[in-house]
Amino acid sequence: MTGCAIKARKLCKRFGDVRATCGVSLDLAPAKFLALLGASGCGKTTVLRMLAGFIDPDGGEIEIGGNLVFSDKVHVPPEKRRIGMVFQEYALFPHMSVRENIGYGISDDKGKTHRIDEMLELVGLQHFGNRMPHELSGGQQQRVALARALAPGPAAILLDEPFSNLDAALRVRVRSDVRDILRHAGVTAIFVTHDQEEALSISDEVAVMMNGRIVQTGAPHDIYRSPVSREVATFIGDANLISGQACGRKIHCEVGELISEQAYFGTVDVMIRPEDITLSTFGDGAATVEDIQFFGHDQLITVRMASGATLRSRLLGAPGAYQPGQKVSLRVNSPAVIYPAA
Amino acid sequence: MAEEPESSLRDLPTAETFRQPPEVLKKPPLPLVAIAAVIGAAVILPLVYLLIRATESGPHFLNILFRPSTLLVLWNSILLTVLVTISASIIGLLLAWLTVRTDLPGRSFWAVATCLPLVLPSYVGAFALIGAIGPRGMLQTLLAPLGVEQLPSLYGLPGAWLALTLFSFPYVSLSVRAGLRGLDPSLEEAARSLGRSPRQIFREITWPHIKPSIQAGGLLVALYTLSDFGAVSMLQYNSFTRAIFVQYRTSIDRSGPAVLALMLVVLTLAILWIEYRSRGSAKLYRAGVGASRPSARVRLGWKKIPALIFCSTVLILGMILPISVIIFWLWQGWSAGESLWRGWGMVWNSAQASLWAAGVTVLAALPVAWLAVRYPSRRARVIERAAYAGHALPSIMIALALVFWAARYAPVLYQSFVLLIFAYMCRFLPEALGSIRTSLQQLSPRYEEAARNLGHHPASVWRTITIPLLRPGILTGFALVFMTTMKELPVTLLLSPTGFDTLATRIWSATEDALFPQAAAPALVLVALSAIFIGVILRQEEEDVYE
Repeated sequence: MTGCAIKARKLCKRFGDVRATCGVSLDLAPAKFLALLGASGCGKTTVLRMLAGFIDPDGGEIEIGGNLVFSDKVHVPPEKRRIGMVFQEYALFPHMSVRENIGYGISDDKGKTHRIDEMLELVGLQHFGNRMPHELSGGQQQRVALARALAPGPAAILLDEPFSNLDAALRVRVRSDVRDILRHAGVTAIFVTHDQEEALSISDEVAVMMNGRIVQTGAPHDIYRSPVSREVATFIGDANLISGQACGRKIHCEVGELISEQAYFGTVDVMIRPEDITLSTFGDGAATVEDIQFFGHDQLITVRMASGATLRSRLLGAPGAYQPGQKVSLRVNSPAVIYPAA
Repeated sequence: MAEEPESSLRDLPTAETFRQPPEVLKKPPLPLVAIAAVIGAAVILPLVYLLIRATESGPHFLNILFRPSTLLVLWNSILLTVLVTISASIIGLLLAWLTVRTDLPGRSFWAVATCLPLVLPSYVGAFALIGAIGPRGMLQTLLAPLGVEQLPSLYGLPGAWLALTLFSFPYVSLSVRAGLRGLDPSLEEAARSLGRSPRQIFREITWPHIKPSIQAGGLLVALYTLSDFGAVSMLQYNSFTRAIFVQYRTSIDRSGPAVLALMLVVLTLAILWIEYRSRGSAKLYRAGVGASRPSARVRLGWKKIPALIFCSTVLILGMILPISVIIFWLWQGWSAGESLWRGWGMVWNSAQASLWAAGVTVLAALPVAWLAVRYPSRRARVIERAAYAGHALPSIMIALALVFWAARYAPVLYQSFVLLIFAYMCRFLPEALGSIRTSLQQLSPRYEEAARNLGHHPASVWRTITIPLLRPGILTGFALVFMTTMKELPVTLLLSPTGFDTLATRIWSATEDALFPQAAAPALVLVALSAIFIGVILRQEEEDVYE
């Protein structure tokens, strides 16, 4: 297949006076895994439900697998869109066994048994086919929901907060399982999440939504390294923001002179990730250690600058090297990201 | 460019203008609205006739309205309805909770047994009560040697209150049972984990969730009380139905009963309005994680004893006592050598009429409930309220209205089976609607969305997902309509085809002629048939996935 598996153009939706989404556009290449990331209430679930056909947009176009399914003139109902969906609460049919659930969307009667077996194997539940949904654990229910959505061979599948109902230990395992299953099936997928770690760790692409709009789309590391705004920077991961003066690509700020990838003249906010700041007991001792949080594999150290601004530094290694009240020097190890001051 | 996102963010609306999307997003499909509207309109046909008849009388209307006797009838009806609704709700709620959520010994038995009073026609039940604890009844005869000269009179309010409570509380217990089974157990467990005592959990979690089912049941009880004809006639309590019937029989002037019936309609609408206002807008379908699982049962401990005494008392008063009195009559007739059985024809007629009525009524209730729950709007509310009109009219007026309508506009239908079934449907649609609505409210729309998403056409989704998941509600609705149709008297009396003798009409005519032994045999058959039916349904409910 060439072109886009899922393409959305300027989707808009209002609920009464409430604007839920506004000019949302998406392009997703086949076999890619896109995370639609945003805080709750930002309209990401509305986008997903518009793609699935449960909500009709007020305007815009949707193409799935190269077929136009929604526009001013075209309206394809959900059952004809060839798009699978995994619901947040799974919505496994409680009156059907696992096999019946998976087989529900398969129209080909002859190949049905074979296809169900294939799906059970894909999600690793070969011995659970005759169980009822309530006899399965949360992780197993999740896999059945995934198998059910994949069984009809959809052009793409949508996952609505697929991991939010799982406990933390299970979540990390299940999400890499889900990614492997989707990779193996070679299917295009969009999943909605509010968890940035989840979005960054398993997706090929991330679209950040805020206030009903997609504000940035890109590979996970691009979004993390070069967020387009302060809001995106602080939403994706931890960010230090301090004020500085830009003169071309040179930025003067309290931690010293930094190089930015963009040129600008005037007052700016400088964004530095905590892991890009290293501390040292030598040098000018311009900062004072305020607080140390130890996480095992790393530690987060908060320091106060002479101006009163605080910065966080994330360091690998054992605790004990620094004490609160200690004078330390800072060094920034990466190019700065700047935003014109408001 | 660093400044670009800044400018594109600037014209964004503020966060406050965004909210989570409301649950209902689509307009209802036109055929659904059309079908529901036709059903709603058909059901209010008798009401239209009533308005025409009442207004034909002109200024005489107000004279009738403000007669002291009319106002007394109004007061009597309100008082009886309030008392019966309260007592039946308490009994029904307790029974439902005991049989669904506790380790009460013989739960299934009590669940079936305490529904049995539903199969007793109120006129038979009332007469049995009179025969047992009324003046010169069995109890007084027993107590006479102890010097008890006179028992407090059963006639009037006390008798009507007792009889109607005993024969209507199963509406509440059936409805609350369905509600309790649909309640997500993790909600109660969550409350428990938050340090709430069982009593607090009941008040704060269980109660708000089963309140819709209590209201649905309580509404049926109130409407049953207002429209009951048999018990109030037997026990001589002058509420609307009795007054209407007496006036209809004794006076040539049709506007008298028409005005009284119109007042009864207004009173019923007032009850519907109160119920609607207190229903609230909370969404009660399962919002939790994963698939359904059953609730843990409460251990009663020593409280089993009072619980069993309570269940037994209800069963004895509502079922065993009336049955004993019926058997007593049967024995009396048999020992006197009377011929007591008139053949199986009337049994077949009753079953046939009830099955058709139940099937047609459930089919009519589905689109109305669907529209009301899934696409709530002003239009949907109007249609739903119209569908409840059946209970706003006493059976006698529905029957008269349809006789009049058929005689004038459709002579072919006059005294036809079709019109009879239609009258039952008008009358009993609210019963099917109440239970189906409750089940539908608890059915998450996600199941239907998932099915659509898997390539199934809406009709196929209905067949494979919605109907199977609604089965408990549909079965309860079917059972309620089946049994009330079997017992229904005024409609059957006035509309059944000539020679279409049913169990109910036979019991009535025999009772009217004081041939109690003649009434006893069909009464027993009626009770047995309905008991088998309800047993089958409860058994199926037990086997359901939710159990």
